[in-house]
Amino acid sequence: MTNGWIDIKNTDLALVMGGNPAENHPCGFKWVIEAKRNRNAKLIVVDPRFTRTAATSDLFCQIRAGTDIAFLGGMINYAIANNRIAHDYLLNYTNAAFIVKEGFKLPEDGLYSGFDHATQTYDRSTWTYEDGSDSGGVVASHAAPAAAAPGAPKPLPPLPAKVAYDLTLQHPRCVFQLLKQQYSRYTPEMVERVTGISKDQFLKTAELFTSIRKDGDMKKVATIIYAVGWTQHSFGTQTIRTAAMLQLLLGNVGRAGGGVNALRGHSNIQGATDLAGVFDILPGYLKVPTPADGDLAAYLKRTTPTSSKPNPWDSYNYWSNTPKFTVSLLKSMYGDAATKENQWAFDYLPKVDRNYSWTQIWDNMYRGSVKGLLAFGMNGVAIGPDSQKNIEALKKADFLVVGEIYPDETSEFWRSPGITLDEMKTIQTTVYRLPCAGFAEKDGTMTNSARWLQWKYAAVPPPGDARLDQDILAQIFLKVRGLYQTRGGKFPDPILNLTWAYSDPQHPPLAEVAKELNGKALADLTDPKTQVTIKKGQQVPGFAWLKDDGTTACGNWLYAGSWTEAGNQMARRDTSDPSGLGVYQNWAWSWPANRRVMYNRASCDPSGKPWDASRKQVWWNETAQSWVGNDVPDFKLDSNPKDHMGPFIMNPEGVGRIFGPLAAFADGPFPEHYEPIESPVANLFHPNQPNNPVVKKMKTPADKYAGPNDGYNVICTTYRLTEHYHYWTKNNPMNVQLVPEPFIELPVELAQELGIKGNDKIKVSSIRSYYIAKAFVTKRIKPMMIDGKKTYQIGIPIHQGYRGIQEDAGRDARTILNRLTPTVVDPNAYTPEFKGFLVKVEKV
Amino acid sequence: MSQATLAIKKISGHPGPAPGADVERDYQVAKLIDTTTCIGCKACEVACLEWNGYTFTETTFDNSYQTMPSTAWNYWNLIKFNEHEREDGTLQLLMRKDQCMHCADPGCLMACPADGAIVQYTNGIVDFQQQNCIGCGYCVSGCPFDIPKFNPTTKKMFKCTLCSDRVSQGLEPACIKSCPTGCLHFGSKEDMTYLAESRAKQLRENFGFEKAGVYDPAGVGGTGVIYVLHDVTDPEAYGGLPKDPHIPWVVRFWKGPAKWIGNLAMLFGVLGVTLHYFRYGPKEIHPPKNGDGGKP
Repeated sequence: MTNGWIDIKNTDLALVMGGNPAENHPCGFKWVIEAKRNRNAKLIVVDPRFTRTAATSDLFCQIRAGTDIAFLGGMINYAIANNRIAHDYLLNYTNAAFIVKEGFKLPEDGLYSGFDHATQTYDRSTWTYEDGSDSGGVVASHAAPAAAAPGAPKPLPPLPAKVAYDLTLQHPRCVFQLLKQQYSRYTPEMVERVTGISKDQFLKTAELFTSIRKDGDMKKVATIIYAVGWTQHSFGTQTIRTAAMLQLLLGNVGRAGGGVNALRGHSNIQGATDLAGVFDILPGYLKVPTPADGDLAAYLKRTTPTSSKPNPWDSYNYWSNTPKFTVSLLKSMYGDAATKENQWAFDYLPKVDRNYSWTQIWDNMYRGSVKGLLAFGMNGVAIGPDSQKNIEALKKADFLVVGEIYPDETSEFWRSPGITLDEMKTIQTTVYRLPCAGFAEKDGTMTNSARWLQWKYAAVPPPGDARLDQDILAQIFLKVRGLYQTRGGKFPDPILNLTWAYSDPQHPPLAEVAKELNGKALADLTDPKTQVTIKKGQQVPGFAWLKDDGTTACGNWLYAGSWTEAGNQMARRDTSDPSGLGVYQNWAWSWPANRRVMYNRASCDPSGKPWDASRKQVWWNETAQSWVGNDVPDFKLDSNPKDHMGPFIMNPEGVGRIFGPLAAFADGPFPEHYEPIESPVANLFHPNQPNNPVVKKMKTPADKYAGPNDGYNVICTTYRLTEHYHYWTKNNPMNVQLVPEPFIELPVELAQELGIKGNDKIKVSSIRSYYIAKAFVTKRIKPMMIDGKKTYQIGIPIHQGYRGIQEDAGRDARTILNRLTPTVVDPNAYTPEFKGFLVKVEKV
Repeated sequence: MSQATLAIKKISGHPGPAPGADVERDYQVAKLIDTTTCIGCKACEVACLEWNGYTFTETTFDNSYQTMPSTAWNYWNLIKFNEHEREDGTLQLLMRKDQCMHCADPGCLMACPADGAIVQYTNGIVDFQQQNCIGCGYCVSGCPFDIPKFNPTTKKMFKCTLCSDRVSQGLEPACIKSCPTGCLHFGSKEDMTYLAESRAKQLRENFGFEKAGVYDPAGVGGTGVIYVLHDVTDPEAYGGLPKDPHIPWVVRFWKGPAKWIGNLAMLFGVLGVTLHYFRYGPKEIHPPKNGDGGKP
């Protein structure tokens, strides 16, 4: 979330799309209700189904799964055409005025400039700004076209330091004009044909959403709230980009009640990504080294951006501190073994040579190169996609370790439905099942969607033989290190030199791990500006103290400030909120720097005055020559508004990116509508380029993809229910009685066509597998007209499987939903396309 | 409790007894359910079970999100779901928390023949006292909301207590405490009515629900559970909330006129006997004329 849960109460308008917070985040959804009750805020819900969130909405649009970019692109088009945009914000806080390099081409035919059909990748060298260092301003629009020669991938040139720009926004190659041109194709008529939302309904929605900028008013704010309904597509990142662009266009980012807000589906998913639970990042979103990074200097050169902006403007470019964060991380990991001479042990870090994302791990196991799996805190077979492929993969593995609180589908993959006793005997995988502690049996922190780190205490000790996850991992590590010590190995140094200075190495206390993440001084340090000193061994007060000379250690720069000399900031429970904006500055701790709304400099006009005086977050205090406020300013404190420093300090441009240059995205600097990999219709924008061009299908025999000509023509989407939590709660009687059995939601009209009545057993098949459950015949999903053709959507909850109260009692068909879903991923985040695949429906 | 400790015993400079002495005031309590902000999460269902010590009930999926068709003797709190199509063709997913309405004029209590099996507290809570219940089920016929339910094992009737055990200790009912959106409120009837009316006004004026209103039916003397509805003219759409609930005439007749007719009949009977006594004197036992009848 750019903002936070409580901040939603400050909004005037909420657009919920690709999410169902009333069902999946009921406690957080209260803030939408608060806004409705206390501010008369309106709620727009766009979803393939009329959900329980939609039940409280003021306007609902039923959308075809996977067409969100078409809808949002239509909104951008509407906002520009009707001048419902935040002009000053757009000009000063985004790259709307930046001029894009000659040779860049918009995807009228579905492809941006630089596409290489052979490798299915883009040469992105034209996706950049025009160098403005000679002219210092607008460049002539008839400069010689730069040759965009596709070929062998070469390192991309950096962004120009001085960008050509046009403050009149009239230059044909300025970002604003390109944006306008790009989405001029997304007319209300196109939106209707592609998404299935009638033109009237779309116009009503666009009118309501953009009404906050009616007549140039800047006071009102709208928020966009989304979840995995947006991410789980082969163009998921670009959907979120479209929302971010719309919010920048309307001046809603950085403001109380605004922003682009991702709702996390697990209590600590935010923490998992912050701490690099993903293969391509290190803690604090530092980039992972690749083999091409010969040494630390090369790595830092590649990963440390240099500012790129119009010459008269200023850019903080906070990522310029990357070397400090990186060296402090290396010092935290390798302690005294990290020295200046050995480049702070840079060579100890694994170099990532290719994609090791979720679906890739399973694909590698299926192909036989991954021999074992340690599965903690997740149920890989049930998660899918294509659960059957994962089951087949596990059959080929040597070993599987599952740390869980219940027997789950993964640890019992060998008895999944369809496996005969004879086949069971042939499965040679050794399965180790480790009973683990549940969330209430552990202390530590969870980082919520609002980026808050909240310290929690263990409520009860783990039952029986159950152990804490960190104890199990620590003991495995110590055992492995012991083996390296006694037997040696090819490269024992990273293992032998890893810092493991816990008071009880076998049972690392999480309080000590938390302190390690915050970081400490390794020498006496003095801030040259304030003359404040911290002593060697003391916790650092914040990431501004981190150094690249080895005098600080920090496990995650974003968490610096969470456990200082003043104690555990995450355990704070002060409920005072003097501003009334729901900031709660002294409740727990929020990254970065205890800041509750990110980019909050943008809540003020260029002169430093809040756009809305009734929602004052931060402001420029002329007397003090400093930024002050109710929240921690997300800005250089002494940067006078006259200096025109951009509020988006993490971008080298200093401004919000309406155009995402160079390597920012694999599939285009502007989002474009592509069809899901399995789609019932042609891409109406460019039939010859139906799907995201850089998306690659998997190639094992298990990976099959269908089209409507294969007899699969019903669109299927997946979701969670408020009554259940993933694959756990089918073991809990209280949840089971609320929703006892699996079901499939289908429209009344489709049911009538197929002679299906409510509660009938039905079978849904994709080209990969099938799923059996009872029919839930509902008016809440209507047939849709897609390009004039009647099209049906159905929805299936993900929760059931073959282990649980009902399953064990034989009251359930015991199939797993994700046997249906295809293995195909978003090219930026590698999230699988769980939403919007093709199936057929029949009565059992 | 707090009222008792703050009740005035003596008072300075005041002739006569302390004003208000020996007068106990009790709030009429009420639960407000704003159906327009209910998200059907069923937290109240689980909270009710857990507070009252009920465990797992086997349920069956029935083409709905609704947990079961109606409340049960061990399931007092149920969200009723209805996919409702309005006249303009738009869809509503109506969700209403169903439970005992705690009528001011409780039909169950009126119908109940067992001494002390149903009581109404001064705060308005209508409570079943199972130790006095004879399991006759008459309360069912007295209730216009289909709430009292029979436990076949103990042969007693059960229903929502409005958490009288919690309320007597100054706590809100368990369902209220669990509600994540704040669609449930608890307080004095006066406050809840005010809150409900202001919310209904907001819905009418700002959200286009012209028929929004408060459900507090007069037919049962008003209720201790009041609803805000998007359309107060159509409560039936909310999982069969009766439009004009009242105690069935049979019960009213039986417990009203019929009772008096019965009493009258009994009175006349006694009167007749008395008059007969005075007119004809006591019935005499005549000795047997033929001499053998009196033998033991």
